[in-house]
Amino acid sequence: MGSQLLKIMVAVKPVVDPYVSAQIRLKPDLSGVDISGLKIAMNPFDEIAVQAVKDLASDGYVAKSVAVSIGGEQAEEMLRVALAMGIDEAIHVETDEEDLQPLTIAKLLKVVIDDTDTNVMLMGKQAIDNDCNQVGQMLSALLGWSQGTFVSAIKPDMVRDELNIVREVDTGLENLSVRLPAVLTTDLRLNKPSYPTLPQIMSAKSKPMTKVSLAELAVEIKQNYKVIKYNPPPMRAKGEKLSSAAELFAKLKTEAKVI
Amino acid sequence: MSVLVIAQHDNNSLNSVTLSCIKAATEISASVTVLILGYHDLKVIEGLRPYKAVSKIIYADSSSYERFLAENLADQVVALAQDFTHILAPATTFGKNFLPRVAALLDVGQLSEVTAIYNAETFERPIYAGKAYTVVQSLDPIKVMTIRPSAFEPVTEQWSEDEQAVAEDRLAPLETLKKPFENNHSRFESLISSESKLPDLNTAKRVVSVGRGIQGEDNLKMVYRLAEQLNAAVGASRAAVDAGYIGNDHQVGQTGKVVAPELYIAIGISGAVQHLAGMSDSKVIVAINKDPEAPIFEIADYYIVDNLFRVIPELTRAIEKNS
Repeated sequence: MGSQLLKIMVAVKPVVDPYVSAQIRLKPDLSGVDISGLKIAMNPFDEIAVQAVKDLASDGYVAKSVAVSIGGEQAEEMLRVALAMGIDEAIHVETDEEDLQPLTIAKLLKVVIDDTDTNVMLMGKQAIDNDCNQVGQMLSALLGWSQGTFVSAIKPDMVRDELNIVREVDTGLENLSVRLPAVLTTDLRLNKPSYPTLPQIMSAKSKPMTKVSLAELAVEIKQNYKVIKYNPPPMRAKGEKLSSAAELFAKLKTEAKVI
Repeated sequence: MSVLVIAQHDNNSLNSVTLSCIKAATEISASVTVLILGYHDLKVIEGLRPYKAVSKIIYADSSSYERFLAENLADQVVALAQDFTHILAPATTFGKNFLPRVAALLDVGQLSEVTAIYNAETFERPIYAGKAYTVVQSLDPIKVMTIRPSAFEPVTEQWSEDEQAVAEDRLAPLETLKKPFENNHSRFESLISSESKLPDLNTAKRVVSVGRGIQGEDNLKMVYRLAEQLNAAVGASRAAVDAGYIGNDHQVGQTGKVVAPELYIAIGISGAVQHLAGMSDSKVIVAINKDPEAPIFEIADYYIVDNLFRVIPELTRAIEKNS
């Protein structure tokens, strides 16, 4: 029977801060994307996932919360932020490997989860760097857990061991019940993350952070694809400034011929 | 080479994003099988059969697939996967929901939002909200990918009724699946859809989109009047959705819908990178904003720096008068 409290793990990824992402450029030789010197922040969808844990905890649903991140120093920084936002403890999978692809990330997270009593895995629906939108779904399939993507509301049903969720879909809002254990990916309207206060940041320093090396997880690091080229986005010619609706109508009708 | 396309539909009619996926499939191989999973979906099957580009249709008519739950769809696709070199679904919330599961269960990667096909193993896809496009070579035995519908013209060629009368075997042969996949993980409860007589945003030829500049839900009426005059879908920036002016299903951008209509009219939208990612491939872009520094003007073909509350009614009247 039901009434198990939630033991949540939340995955966080460092990305270029969305407020400076307009400055991202292709390298002049088209060999990659130049993000050097740009501020790094927690992927905004993951931030929503962390806030969701905090909200569920303040409603009394959470027994324990753990944040996990895979990467170098930036991953550790994101874990510190998650701890300051209210997560209980952190697992840092340490690696300098730069091109870990979604399937490999999902496999690594599965091994991390297998070693815990987690019954809900939360993460953003996509990371705003590679825009893949895959890891949550892949992880759910690999674990054989329930899946809820693009989630904009979560209501636990502790009697039935289910989560009642609302999903943002192309046709509107879909309401599903998903049985625990489950993987959920978070969408924009789930909450508005609040930034940690200084005392929270200070107290987070004493929260436990477990370090795990990539090798310890014994997952084959595999490339499913390789990037052979980077192309700039198509350029658009400079537009024409018009002074009135009448002029716009005429242009659309006779020049652009779209109305 | 043999491609499987998973059809998007509502059990009643085929969504034309499927026809865009079929177009992408024909650029890989002449052998294109379409999988239709649904419930009481006979009309969808009949609607697809006349398309010349379809070599075969596999379908299921089962309550297990009525609500397109990811777990069920993925298991069914995996059960069929070994006959195919490529598995394609539209990069919509339908396709994005189950296709990564398919890839993981097949132990292969997935390529998201493919915008061009170079050859059977090399594809183009955007990263960083379209600030760059990567050309990637898949190293997997089965290529699993979501197709950005706006990047591929839907296939249109159908066998005429006369041609069908001469040789009925021209129509794609049908194969039916008898044993549906069920799961005990997820249960559908309800769907709240915004009812509209206007075209579907994903596939509309014209889109009228609003941003925070519209200042309130009440002012949307003006925008809907313009959309009706143009037979356009109504889109929105994230700011307008977050402010509660309009529903999430209208959002255009990096994390919303990606559209490329013939005409895109951006009203009171400043043009954040995240929004541009969802519409910058539109053929003709019009921007109306009172802020002369609005970044949307950088990509607009025509723009007016003025109060939208004056321009929009005037434009609507001009169209009314001339139609």
